[in-house]
This record gives sequence, C-alpha cells and structure tokens, in this order.
Amino acid sequence: MSGLISVRDLRVSFGDREVVRGVDIAVAPGETLALVGESGSGKSVTARALLGLTGPGAAVTASQLDIDGRDLRAASEREWRGVRGSRVGLVSQDALVSLDPLRPIGREIADTLRIHTRLSPSARTERVLEVLREVGMPDPEVRIAQRAGELSGGQRQRALIASALALRPPLLVADEPTTALDVTVQARILDLLGSVTANGTGLVLISHDLAVVARVADRIAVMSDGRIVETGTVDEVLGAARAQQTRRLIAAIPSGRPRGSRLRPVDAAGVIETRPRPTAERTVREETDPTSPILDVRGVSKAYPRRGTEPLVAVDDVSLSIRPGETLGLVGESGSGKSTLARIALALTAPDRGEVVVDGESWSTLRESKRRARRHLMGAIYQDALSSFDPRLTTGQILADALLVAGVRDGGGRRARELLDSVGLPSAVLARRPARLSGGQRQRVSIARALATSPRLLLCDEPVSALDVGVQATVLDLLDDLQREHGLALLFISHDLGVVRHMSDRIAVMHAGRLVETGDAEAVFAAPQHPYTQLLLEATPTLPQSGR
Amino acid sequence: MTDLSFRAAEQQAPVVDEQRADDRASGRGAGSRRRFRIGAGEALAGAYLIAAVVAAVAPGLLSPVDPLAISPSQAFSPPSLADPAVTLLGTDESGRSILSRIIHGAGPSLLIGASATAIGLLLGAALGLFAGLSGRVVDFAVNRLLEVLFALPGLLLALFLIVIVGPGVVTTTLAVGLSTAPGYARIIRGQVLAIRRSGYIEAATVLGVSPVRRLIRHMLPNTAGPLLALGTLGLGQAIVWASALSYLGLGAVPPSPEWGAMLAAGRIYLTTAWWMSVMPGLAIVLTAMSATALGRGVQRRVRAL
Amino acid sequence: MTSPSASDLRPTAPRAGAVGRLGRPLLIGVGGGVFVLWAVATLTFVLVRLIPGDPAQAVLGGPGSQASAEALAAARAEYGLDQPILVQYLMQLGRIATLDFGTSYSLRTEVAPLLLSQLGGTLLLAVLALALAWVVALALALASTRGGRVGASLGSALEVVAAGLPQFWLATVLILVFSLGLGWFPPISVPGPIGLVLPVVTLALPLAGFLGQTIRESLLDALEAPFVLSARARGEGERGIRLRHAIRHAAVPGVALSGWAFGYLISGAVVVETIFARPGLGRTLLNAVTVRDVPVVIGVVMITALAYIVVTVVSDAATRLLDPRSAA
Repeated sequence: MSGLISVRDLRVSFGDREVVRGVDIAVAPGETLALVGESGSGKSVTARALLGLTGPGAAVTASQLDIDGRDLRAASEREWRGVRGSRVGLVSQDALVSLDPLRPIGREIADTLRIHTRLSPSARTERVLEVLREVGMPDPEVRIAQRAGELSGGQRQRALIASALALRPPLLVADEPTTALDVTVQARILDLLGSVTANGTGLVLISHDLAVVARVADRIAVMSDGRIVETGTVDEVLGAARAQQTRRLIAAIPSGRPRGSRLRPVDAAGVIETRPRPTAERTVREETDPTSPILDVRGVSKAYPRRGTEPLVAVDDVSLSIRPGETLGLVGESGSGKSTLARIALALTAPDRGEVVVDGESWSTLRESKRRARRHLMGAIYQDALSSFDPRLTTGQILADALLVAGVRDGGGRRARELLDSVGLPSAVLARRPARLSGGQRQRVSIARALATSPRLLLCDEPVSALDVGVQATVLDLLDDLQREHGLALLFISHDLGVVRHMSDRIAVMHAGRLVETGDAEAVFAAPQHPYTQLLLEATPTLPQSGR
Repeated sequence: MTDLSFRAAEQQAPVVDEQRADDRASGRGAGSRRRFRIGAGEALAGAYLIAAVVAAVAPGLLSPVDPLAISPSQAFSPPSLADPAVTLLGTDESGRSILSRIIHGAGPSLLIGASATAIGLLLGAALGLFAGLSGRVVDFAVNRLLEVLFALPGLLLALFLIVIVGPGVVTTTLAVGLSTAPGYARIIRGQVLAIRRSGYIEAATVLGVSPVRRLIRHMLPNTAGPLLALGTLGLGQAIVWASALSYLGLGAVPPSPEWGAMLAAGRIYLTTAWWMSVMPGLAIVLTAMSATALGRGVQRRVRAL
Repeated sequence: MTSPSASDLRPTAPRAGAVGRLGRPLLIGVGGGVFVLWAVATLTFVLVRLIPGDPAQAVLGGPGSQASAEALAAARAEYGLDQPILVQYLMQLGRIATLDFGTSYSLRTEVAPLLLSQLGGTLLLAVLALALAWVVALALALASTRGGRVGASLGSALEVVAAGLPQFWLATVLILVFSLGLGWFPPISVPGPIGLVLPVVTLALPLAGFLGQTIRESLLDALEAPFVLSARARGEGERGIRLRHAIRHAAVPGVALSGWAFGYLISGAVVVETIFARPGLGRTLLNAVTVRDVPVVIGVVMITALAYIVVTVVSDAATRLLDPRSAA
C-alpha cells in the first residue's frame, strides 16, 4: 500500500498496562483520518506513537510502522528527531500552553526551520510570514513578534498550526485541535484544517467529538479500550454504525436530540430509547404559583474598570426570568458575559445597575447576612466540580456540611446516603474524597450537595464541559430526571448549543455582554432571528441527518 | 508476519494517561499515594531530630560523661576510640568531652531555635491572617509594613534590635523570631488569599454557610498544613541564624555549651584542635538538614492533599 | 472574564515597547522605594528613642558607656536633643535625606564617608557570590533533571545539605581544608582575587541550595509543560528543549527571589567579613553593634534599605522582561 503512513498492530504499554492494543492505521496523501474515542481510549497515545513521543517508560511495538516511506520500527531518538517537524507535524489542544508563552510565535514557528534546514535567519522569517499568511493569520508582520498570550484563541491556534506546517510536512497529526475553542472559531479552524489537505497533506485528526470530525474527515476510526472497534467512511460509520461503542458515542451526542429524550440507555443491553417522555410527567410543586418567576433578572449591568482604557462592560442591561420547573438555557461564547451573569445571579458579584429578584423578593439588594437565610432557594453546580470541594473533606463530610446549612443534623448519615442515592452513587462514596472520584462522580456529588438544601432553582455553570461525551450524557440525563422529580427550575449555562438545546425549554443567547435573542428553544433553533444566533447555529457541529 | 519490537528511546515528554494527567492538574489524586510513604532520608532526619529532642530534654540519658568534668591530662585529644566516652569527638582545652557538651548543648540550641521559630510563625501568621482576611485597606497597610520590614533583611533587623536591647540569649531569640516574621506573614497572606478566592469557599458562600463557619471549617484548617511545613522548614534556619549570633558573640556566650558558642570558643584553637570547631558545627548542620528534609516532606504531603 | 474575545479577527492592541512595559512599574517602584526609606528612617528614630536612659548616652554606646561630658554635650547639640521630639524627628529625616548620618563615636569619623568606603567591597562580595550561586544552582538543576528519579533525589539531597550549612561553620571548614591543610588560599582575606575565593564560596553555597530548589522545581514543571511536547514534535533535541525553553521558565521564580537573596547575602556578609577579617559593611556593622555605635548602625541600615530597594526594582523589571505575563 502506497499510503503516507501505514501502521500495523501498533501496541503501546506502560509497565504492565497495555493502553494501545494492536491498532492498524493507514492514511493516503490528502486524506483525513479521524481517530475518535472517549478519554482513556488510547487515541492520544496512538497519535504520539506516530511521532515517537510516547515518553519514557513506554514500550512501543508494531509489525509495521512506515511513515512517508521510512520504516521507523527501530528508529533511534536521533532518527525520530529528523522525522518530527519535517515529515510529521503535530498540532495539540490549547495553543496558549502548547506554544512557549515566553517566546514570540515567530521564533516558535521558525524553530522548525532552524532545526531541519540551513536557511538564513532572514529566509526563515520570510517563510514564517508566508506560512502565517497560509493559515490566515491577520497582520502576520505584527503577530510574528507577539507571544501566544497576546493573541486571541483562534489566532493562537492558527500560529500553532503554522508551526507544524512550516516545513510542509506530508503528514499532520492534530490532537483535539479545537477543543479549547469557541464554536465560531472552531468552525474556522476546522475549515483551515480541511484546506490543508487540499494540497496533498495527510491529516490524522484526534477528537472525542464525532460531530466535529464529521465535518472534515474522510474516514473515521472509533477507538475504545486501546483498540479500533470500527472504521469506515464518515457515512458508513455515522449512518450504519456496527460497533456498540460507536452507537453509544452517537447516541450520547445531545445536539438535535429532542428535549426530554434520554442520552444513555436505561437498560444495559445497549437499546437506545430516543422517544421523548411526555412532559406531563413533570411535577410542579403545588404551593408555587407557576406564573411568577423564581428568578427575575431586571436590567442588570456590570462593568470592570481597566487600566488605560474604558471599562470592560461584561454584562450590559440584561433581563431574563425563569419560572418554577422550567429550564432556561443561556448560551454564549467565552467573553460573552454569561459567567458574570451567573455570578450576579448567585449574588457573588453585585451588579452596577439593575436588580435580581428571587421568588418575588429582593435578592441582589439584600445584605449578605439577610440573603443567607434565603440562599437555600438557589443551588449551584460548576464546571470544575473538584475545585468546589474543600480538599480535606470526604464526600460524607461535604454532604453533612451542606445538610447542616439546611438545618438537618445528619447523625447516622442517612440523609447523605439518600442524597447520594438520588444522584445514582453508592454509599461507599461517602468515605472517599472527591479527588479520588472520577469526573462524572464528582459532578454527581456536587449535584447531591446542591440538592441538600432542597433548592427551587439550580444554576448550572458549564456543568458538563469538562466531561467526556458519554459521562456528559449520563449527567445530563440525571439533571433531567431530578428536574422532573423535584420540580426544579434550571438556569443552564453553556457554550455548547447542542447541550443547551437538548436541555432547555427556553433559550437566551448572549453576545458581548448583551442578550441578543430569547425565545422558545425549538423556535429559536428553527428560525433564529439575530444574525449572531444564526452564525452560532451554523458553526455548531452536528451529525449529518443521515446519521440519525 | 514478522513481529519486530522496539522500545522508544530513553528521553521524552510525559504521556497522557488520564489518571496521571488528572492528578497533575489537581495536584492530588490516587497517584499521590506514593508521596505519603516515608522515604529513607525522612526516616533518618526524623530519627536524628528525635535524638536531638531527647538530648535537649534529658541530656543525662545520652551523654556518657559529665560535660563539665575537667581532665587536664586529656586536653586537646583528637577524635579517637581510645576512650570513646570522652574522646569520641575529641576534647577541648580543659579535657572536657565535646560529645557530652554537644549533647548538653542541644537544649539551649533547640530551645532558642524553636522559640524563635514560634515567635516568627505566630507573628507572621497573625499578620498574614489579618491581612488576608480583612478588607483591602488593611491588606494594603499590612503589605506596606511588610515591604518596610523586608528592607531590613535577616541579620540586619536582628542586629539593630540587639543594639536597642543589648546582647544576650533572650534578645537573640526575639531578634531571630522578629526578623523571620515578615517572610512567614507574606506566605501566609498569599495562602489565605488563595483559599479565600478558591472554588470551595465560593461554593460554601452560595450554599449559605456563615462567614464564621467558613473561617473555622475551611480557611483555618487549610492554612494549618502549610503553616506546619513552614515552621519545620524555618526551624533549621532559625537554629542556624541564632547560632550565628552566638558565634559572633551576641547571643549565648561560652562556657555555655550552646553550639554556636562552642564553635566560637574553638575559634582560637583552630590550627591545633580543629574538632573543637567542626564537631559542634556538624550538630547544627545535621539539625538544619533534618528540619529542612522533614519540612519538605510535610510540604509535599500538604500539597498532595 | 479574562479570556480573550471570541472574535478570531479582532485586532489586538499594538504591543507596547519594552520601555512602555517597564516605565509605569518603574515609577511605582521608585515611589514605593521613597516610602520605604522614609518608613525605615522613622522606624530607626523610634527604636533608638526606646533605648533606656539619656538619649545622648544611648547614641554614644548605651547606658553602660563611658562617654565624656563633652561628647554628650556635642551629641545633644548635633541631634537637637534639647528640642521637642517632632523637631528632632524632622531634623533626623533631613540629615538622612542629605546622607548625613552623623559622627561615629567609636571611630571618631563621619559615618557617611566611612560607610561609602566600605560599600564597594561588600557589594563586590555579594555580586560575585550571587553569580556563583546562580551558576551552581542552574548546573545542579540542569544536571539533576536529566538523571531521572536518582538524579532528582541526589539534586534534592544536595540542596538540603547546602541550604543547611551555616556560613560560619562552612567558612571554618573551608579554611581548615584549603588554607591550613592544602595552603591554596589565605585564611584571611588578602587584597586581590585570591583572597575573594573562600569568602565568595562561603556565601554562595548555602544560597545555591535555596536557589537550586526553586529552579529545579520550576524546571521540572516547565519540562512537563505542553509547549515542550510541541517543541519535541518540531524535532527539537534535549539541549534545545532546556536552553531555548525550559531554562527561561525556570529562571523566572529565581529572579523574583533576588530581593530575598540580597538580604541573605548582606546577612551573610556580616559573618563572612568577620571570619575572613575582610573590610566591608558587614564587619563595620558588627563592630558598631558590639560597642553600640548607633550612628554607624543607622547608617548601615539606611544604606542597606536603599540597596535592597534598588535590587527589588531591578529584579521586578527583569522578571517582567523575562515573563511579560507577570506584568498583568
């Protein structure tokens, strides 16, 4: 086979643990192969094996490891160094830390040339400018002297791609290249990666997100537990998935899934129930008047002073309200002001103007000592659940503390066990510290803690952004169930339109501190009014309809 | 199919392994369990410090002979096994056993070091907590005060205090304690601020936990660990600086068996009886090293928590 | 809210030049420095008034001194001790502002010229020791991070030993071995480079232990950073990784420690200059402390505070140049 790379029976192990167990990969010039799987599936290690960068303590074997016509099975470190950068380029996640933050990007990009060629410094600069233009960097002459921290997220990622493309290597390996980016930026970076293959460069694209790769890949290989469980063209894999792991991955993607449908099968047999459950199942507490909002944000603004320039207006005259038992999805990209709005709603930050009213009574204008008595009305869960727990405390102590706030002295830990049970965790978790739990379990503990005070409103700030798509699905299902059971209102904040759409009754879109559009979820998605909402919808990766 | 195997070359970047990456990100986790095992260095350091404390509390238990017993015939004996009880580490100009004197010197030396550390740590913790827990104005004021104290580094502040109060053991202890306080204060303030801004304090606020309970339940216990590490690390340095002042003739004075004073007494015999200077110094070095090694161990465990 | 705008194309503000980046902090540094000097002067004034007994007596060696009646009268006149306390305070501030620290009663000379003549030797000692400490610490860090777990343990052990060495003992051992034993260097500091070797090594080794720990830890962090993976993926070798990337990251916290290191060196100079009988601020200070020569002590305190401020401002600026992120 005359491919760019052909790898057969690749195995990587660390000590006794084999994390890649016999993987075959072939990529032809100009072809994009997507390697998809959850974290721990071995996809990143596989990608690094293609550059000989699996690290110390890793034992790598293969019956074939040809890259651009060279057999690299027994390559020395020196030979690998000759391959890296010149034959294979690597683009990693999060350019803010993947480019040396203390060096100008021009130096970083030129390093590839310095290492592999005898070009003069001025010729290197010429080539750096050229490749910056190729990746669509605006004002390359200015950017070349800037450091990663001085660039926007998209510009940074372009610079990182430029550093991998400086020598026009025939193969590019991109490991989650858009994971840290906003959707509109992600769309443009994906377009850029797509255009790179047009001139014959092969691309191995590693991602946890099937919807992202569907956009640019020619073929998809699904990895699970160190093996490739399914491989084929995009249509084959998405349209007629054979492996159960693939079906689960597809089912876990919330975009385009009707509100109320489960993302994870209830039974273990792998049967996926996609039928929405009737909303009539939802209970709304009887004592509450369903028409008066539980949370009412009225004309709230917040600006932060900046040195030497006008203040940064984070939130600009935003009004929204949530009725009991309802979910309001708040969407926006980073810097849109949604996190500041969340802090204002939680009364962690005081608004400059406007007011927040909770359950018909004042909230943001109260003194903290007065507000404390009403804090039980509103619970919150956060993106980084782990950092919201005192590192010294066990799950049991954390829940007991929360119950104490609610006035429950939980002597035998009975209530704590009930809380854990309601979020689907065994009581064995009580004695463990959250640091010893998995990401999904941590988020469940944080939900249990929030439920301890029997809140009427749960504020969820990017609750699943740090989780794998499969774990994300189970947490979203849990939130949905809890909402039905307790008649909770949810303020669901996320950058991920797919997740928000799946969870929300109504949607509010934030951009540059302003609320640009609100409305019924389905209506907004069917016919977005504001240009920004349209842009956001367009940029959001979705599975092709044939995949459903 | 020919199955050729090869190993990746020695060097290289750390590889993703979800658990490990996770551990690093959070600074804790299952991978940190190894960090709690006691290493050989720590065990030795601990054993030495325990011996030093025993010597300080009950020197008679360890000391083979009377540290004041004069034996002119054995004056200036070099270290030897001839009469180990007396001459193991040599004898001084009056034939007194250096070993016994070092053991009896543990008391004053450790007491001065520990008291100085306690003074510095208490003052530093009080200032640091005050600055970190109060509002911006207080924090600003305390910070300026610390900057001023930093401009009088270490021995300088101590020497200045000695000029004011006059030399002596008590002054030395106070002086070393005071001169270490600003350093402690700055670190503790940083720690308190970091905890104040931490996710778990915010989560407690949102939950409706009162400020007093937040302080007692979260802030103080999470500051205590680093404080313990700081104190252990600082103990070694306090002993070094206090003995330096004694050596310079400003603290404990001969014939006190305080280690710095012993060294000072040996100074004039350096050409003829090197052991009179080297052996007491060795006791200081070992104490400082042990405290540092243990302090780092504590620090690592606190961070791993 | 600190993350940059979503817009990929929004132009970022033009980069301020190095001068622009440093100008403002420098100004703040100088302003803060003046404040600190004033505060230190005030502190010394207050503390000296705490010396029990006649202030004139206090200035001239404390309660036990044998100062003559004329000397006491001269001191009263010089310090305006018959004036109200506020006038005395302002007089002292004025004198310190004009670098007039009065007369040393024990040495019977003007303090300011005396100290200025001693300053050079101490600064030379401190600068050389600082340079040596950096070289040793960097070498130790670079070597120990290449040696895997064994290297790390060895590096860490060496740091603990070095940091635990009291200077007076280290000096004694160095003299025993290299002067009395091998006869390579003089036991007391003679003029010229040969006399500097042992004092510089004595000052530098413990400092290298402290610096080494900071540098090694940040070097290890830097070597595990994602940008190192990117550099390896470009084909960069081990040397390049260290010299082009990691070492700079490792140096930042070490440079930020400079103010502390300066304090350590000045404290050490007191000990080292005394042991090696080397003229300098440290020995002058110790002699003055022993005889309670207050004007000299105040002079040394003020000069050290000034030097400390200069070092801090410079190290802040250096940190900012090394790591522009720290300016934010």
